[in-house]
Amino acid sequence: MTRYALRRLLMTIPVLLGLSVIVFLIMSLIPGDPAQAILGSYATPENLERLRADLGLDLPLPQQYLVWLGNILQGDLGRSFTLNRPVLDEVLERFGATLILAGTSLVLCVLVGVAAGIVSAVRQYGWSDRLITLLVLIGISVPAFWLGMLMIMTFAVGLRWFPASGMTAAYGGGGWLDILHHLVLPAIALAVVAAGVIARLTRSNMLEVLRQDYIRTARAKGLDEGRVVLRHAFKVALVNLIPVIGVQAGFVIGGAVYIETVFQWPGIGRMLVNAISTRDILLVQGGVLVVAASYVFFNLCADLLQHWLDPRIKA
Amino acid sequence: MMAFLRLLARNRLAAFGGIVLLLLLLLALITPWLPLLDPDVTDPANRLQTPFSAGHPLGTDALGRDILSRLLWGTRVSLAVGIAASLVAALVGSLIGIVAGYFGGRTDNLLMRGIDMLMAFPYILLALAIVAVLGPGLMNALYAIAIVNIPFFARNIRGVTVGIAHREFIDAARLSGKGNLRILSSEILPNVLPIIVVTLSTTVGWMILETAGLSFLGLGAQPPQADLGSMLGEGRRMMINAPHVAMLPGLAIFILVMSINLLGDGVRDALDPRLKSGALSRPAPITRIRRGAAPPGDGRQGRADGLLAVDDLRTDFEVGRTTYHAVNGVSFAIGANECLGLVGESGSGKSVTALSLMGLVASPPGVITGGRVWLGGRDLLALPPRGIRRLRGREVAYVFQDPLSTLHPLIRVGDQLVEAIRQHQPLSRPAARELAVSLLDRVRIPNAQRRADQYPHELSGGMRQRVGIAMALANDPELIIADEPTTALDVTVQAQILALIQRLRTEKGTSVLFITHDFGVVSQICDRVAVMYAGRIVEIGPTAEILETPRHPYTRRLIDCVPRLGEPDNEPEAIPGLPPAADALPRGCAFADRCDLVEPACRQGEIELIATDAERRVRCIKPLGIPTAASQGESR
Amino acid sequence: MTAPLLEIRGLTRTFGGGRRWFGPQRPGVQAVQGIDLDVLRGETLGIVGESGCGKSTLARLLVGLDAPTAGSIRYAGEDLQALRRRDRHALSRRIQYVFQDPLSSLNPRRRIRDILAAPLRHLRGMRGQGLERRLGELLEVVNLRPEFIDRYPHEFSGGQAQRIGIARALAAEPELLVLDEPVSALDVSVQAQVLKLLRRLKAEFDLTYLFISHDLSVVETISDRIAVMYFGRVIEQAPARALFRTPAHPYTRLLLGSAPVPGGPAIQAESGDAELPDPLAPPPGCAFAPRCPRARAHCRGAPPPLDPLSGRERHAAACYYPVEGAWQRQAPPPP
Repeated sequence: MTRYALRRLLMTIPVLLGLSVIVFLIMSLIPGDPAQAILGSYATPENLERLRADLGLDLPLPQQYLVWLGNILQGDLGRSFTLNRPVLDEVLERFGATLILAGTSLVLCVLVGVAAGIVSAVRQYGWSDRLITLLVLIGISVPAFWLGMLMIMTFAVGLRWFPASGMTAAYGGGGWLDILHHLVLPAIALAVVAAGVIARLTRSNMLEVLRQDYIRTARAKGLDEGRVVLRHAFKVALVNLIPVIGVQAGFVIGGAVYIETVFQWPGIGRMLVNAISTRDILLVQGGVLVVAASYVFFNLCADLLQHWLDPRIKA
Repeated sequence: MMAFLRLLARNRLAAFGGIVLLLLLLLALITPWLPLLDPDVTDPANRLQTPFSAGHPLGTDALGRDILSRLLWGTRVSLAVGIAASLVAALVGSLIGIVAGYFGGRTDNLLMRGIDMLMAFPYILLALAIVAVLGPGLMNALYAIAIVNIPFFARNIRGVTVGIAHREFIDAARLSGKGNLRILSSEILPNVLPIIVVTLSTTVGWMILETAGLSFLGLGAQPPQADLGSMLGEGRRMMINAPHVAMLPGLAIFILVMSINLLGDGVRDALDPRLKSGALSRPAPITRIRRGAAPPGDGRQGRADGLLAVDDLRTDFEVGRTTYHAVNGVSFAIGANECLGLVGESGSGKSVTALSLMGLVASPPGVITGGRVWLGGRDLLALPPRGIRRLRGREVAYVFQDPLSTLHPLIRVGDQLVEAIRQHQPLSRPAARELAVSLLDRVRIPNAQRRADQYPHELSGGMRQRVGIAMALANDPELIIADEPTTALDVTVQAQILALIQRLRTEKGTSVLFITHDFGVVSQICDRVAVMYAGRIVEIGPTAEILETPRHPYTRRLIDCVPRLGEPDNEPEAIPGLPPAADALPRGCAFADRCDLVEPACRQGEIELIATDAERRVRCIKPLGIPTAASQGESR
Repeated sequence: MTAPLLEIRGLTRTFGGGRRWFGPQRPGVQAVQGIDLDVLRGETLGIVGESGCGKSTLARLLVGLDAPTAGSIRYAGEDLQALRRRDRHALSRRIQYVFQDPLSSLNPRRRIRDILAAPLRHLRGMRGQGLERRLGELLEVVNLRPEFIDRYPHEFSGGQAQRIGIARALAAEPELLVLDEPVSALDVSVQAQVLKLLRRLKAEFDLTYLFISHDLSVVETISDRIAVMYFGRVIEQAPARALFRTPAHPYTRLLLGSAPVPGGPAIQAESGDAELPDPLAPPPGCAFAPRCPRARAHCRGAPPPLDPLSGRERHAAACYYPVEGAWQRQAPPPP
């Protein structure tokens, strides 16, 4: 297990390198002068010249990449010209907010999705299965950003149960209860789609597993149905679901872009959208790099978990 | 194709989705010719009109543009972009998937590592990065969404292709002289195409959502061009005072995507052959029992017959509108410490009979439609589900055919045994564990203590089957039902397993119902044998006598077609024809069409099992070797 | 004696091995280890063995679905690999293959017509009328009705599907047919039909058969000569009658003694462990030694060569201490 974990960890290095190449290319593929793009249209010629030298823009592309990679590894992601602060500071601050939102959402959609999927499979073709199937269909068809707006209209503007936007109250906010209060609507809006997908895959996976010969063996032993479903069937379904949850985590982080925009959540998604509109290239680069790298790490954990649960996968 | 459409139409939700989608498509196509206001003409005087106002059935937006007109034009754009992106992703992704899956090796490695790289980005983030490079715009959003979805197709299709590329018909095609290109286009593609269509139909909706999302963020369609997403984005700013401006395009996206998803699910179900055969439905904990009125006579004589008595058992498979009669009135009894063999070819109903006894036939599609199973004075089929469950594993235990698929892959074998023990005996965990190890010992698994901590895949086939037998022994059952327990094993291993079963029988006094297709195995282990054909027992009696002088023509011919070791000159004689289909059993004798002794009487009505010798019964009106007895004998 | 049609020398196929990116050197699995075998023109050579003995790997090597790691196969004096290099189709015109699972060897989405026409078109260059006529002949040869030609594989029973598989192999007009467990997936009543058909075809088209099976009784009825395989090697080889009358290798005896015969005497079961050695760490000597009641220290040193037995014609066994005398099924040891 430890050996597998180590090897798997080593295997993320080429992935991270490839990732960095793609992110680097974002900058170098943008038409025009990167220095101009980085400093904005009000930059002075001296500043431009200095930046070009710093980035090694007169060097061939591979060497530019090495210079850039060296900077990244030292924690230098550059300076955002629109915000006038180091990219890393801004990105980390924003990423924290996104993690709170996406993390809550992910937990929510896994719990709800898996539970709904199991109920749906066990009561196949019953009314609860039909209801869940319908809800799932609605869930995966509804635009998350529109759903968020509907929720604001209903629960924030109409019923006034929850705040409509932001992460903390403007005055005297910031406690975890306050954050939780702000979190409810966006977290639910963000979880809906992924919960639908997870419920659907849990259902089909459970149905597949419930037909296997070893389930018949479990029943032939005289086990009660609850044990057959939860211990025997779900155990296998869970192993199959872990990669699915990994992919869904990507969707949740991605979906945060919309939800943060709708709910004015100060996360990295909103930051990226703004940075793209203002063409703040370094900010885009830094944001994408940090989020992607942490997603790689998340998938690494999912892999290790699956390996730990499934003894059939050889080290 | 027609069958596919019919299947689709039968699914009401899918048909509904299809109709809605068709209407939307039609509307989008004829939009340019509809009497609509120009979607881009602003009219500040009439801004933010509510729906149902004069001249603007759905109101106007912040610039006074007609929302109905914009909605229709926007739907057109959203549909076009979403579908185009899906097609591009499907085409490129499937191509990568097929090539990687078919060629494997280095090609596969290279392509899939590239795909992994794309997957390393959380979904929309990659699309954002691509838009950041290309700049905002509808076409760029299309490219971004298409690229982001390529991995999805590539992975799916690769998985399916790998499965197909290793099938034997690909080897057969290669040996028929086909080259790689021909194999890809004429062998692989026809099998992969349905999967591509299914994947496509279940992702189009999603892609439309995503392109709308980019437009919503202001990164897709740029003014004055508008799709549903950008309209929603503009409406967001006046969400509070003019909610309809945002709500209407949102609703339009929702209806559009919902209709596509409904249809997509229908397409998936129609193209998945497993759904038709009922292979995707959950088997109930106990086979459905739907017995008609109690048969005449309460079968009391069954109780006297010994340990277990089966009386006129009937099990059907109901698939769609067809009913297959798998077990068709089977009666037999097993005495204490007896081994009864149930022999037949595939489809004869022997395994279904065995599984029916404890309600283990998968249901749907299985239904027990008649008969009684007597065990210790109780009719098992009349017991409540809890009652049957309590007997499973305690009084009647099963050993199944393929020990790899019948043991749970993720639970240590020791724990699987402990579970079986503790379900029926009030033992502590350590005590149960101790018993489990001694059981493994008893079935001669060397190093039982260590083996108990292993998983089934770490054991050889023979060892696994020993574990299966140990599990059946866990609660000292009175009867073990062994369903082809040695069929998946090599002969040398089979010999050991047979010896083991034999030894346990003498030690424990357990009775065994042994299901097999192999007369050789039968003659090794069974005291009596019942031969099954088309869901019925055609002959039953002591093994040696039946092998020596079979009375039923089918038994005779079945024995004759087995090559016998050491008699190479004795050429096995084939039985012409095929058994009757289980959904169209003939009147009279089911073997009549293949029997060379057939006469008209064979096809006239039911033929009963009649006693020919002391302990033998046969379902034939003129049993072999019995000149005349039959005609008068026991005819009712 | 004529020159053999097929000469196999030192044939070896190793799977796996090599290195991964971040991993230790992995040992390879020798599925087939240095096999020497001759197949004479017009004979049926039976190959018997249990799962994991390498018989299917051998079959795939012969028809070119796999390439050997070492050793050579010569067909009528010509090296198989050279033959393939010269003409991609040359091998398939001479040696054809019948698969074990009749249904999975037919593409579920192609009609029988397409399946049978492929070898005619690509290997024999037939077109149009001639091709149509030949399709009809092929179906007739394997006793299938002509109207079956436009049906799909799932409409056929196992026995019919296997006959289509045989017709497909015959379409290439081969001289040698490699039959890999051709009747194992079939019910006994159908088995007999297919075996009968195979016998007739052999006489009709002057075919040579390499018949692979795990079922001793089936191999016995159809073979002229039999080779027994264990753990990647041929351990005994003899004319069919001789093999069953006087098996020399203890494994062959075990195999014979384990097969139950209807109405026959009780079979014998090994008392010990019937497991194969670990293929990743094979024992240095005879692979059967750990299970062998006659094994001595010498057996565990080096694998015994397949040597002719003195006094027995064309009978060879890879055993240092071959069993003498006729074989008789023994009564089981008292429990």
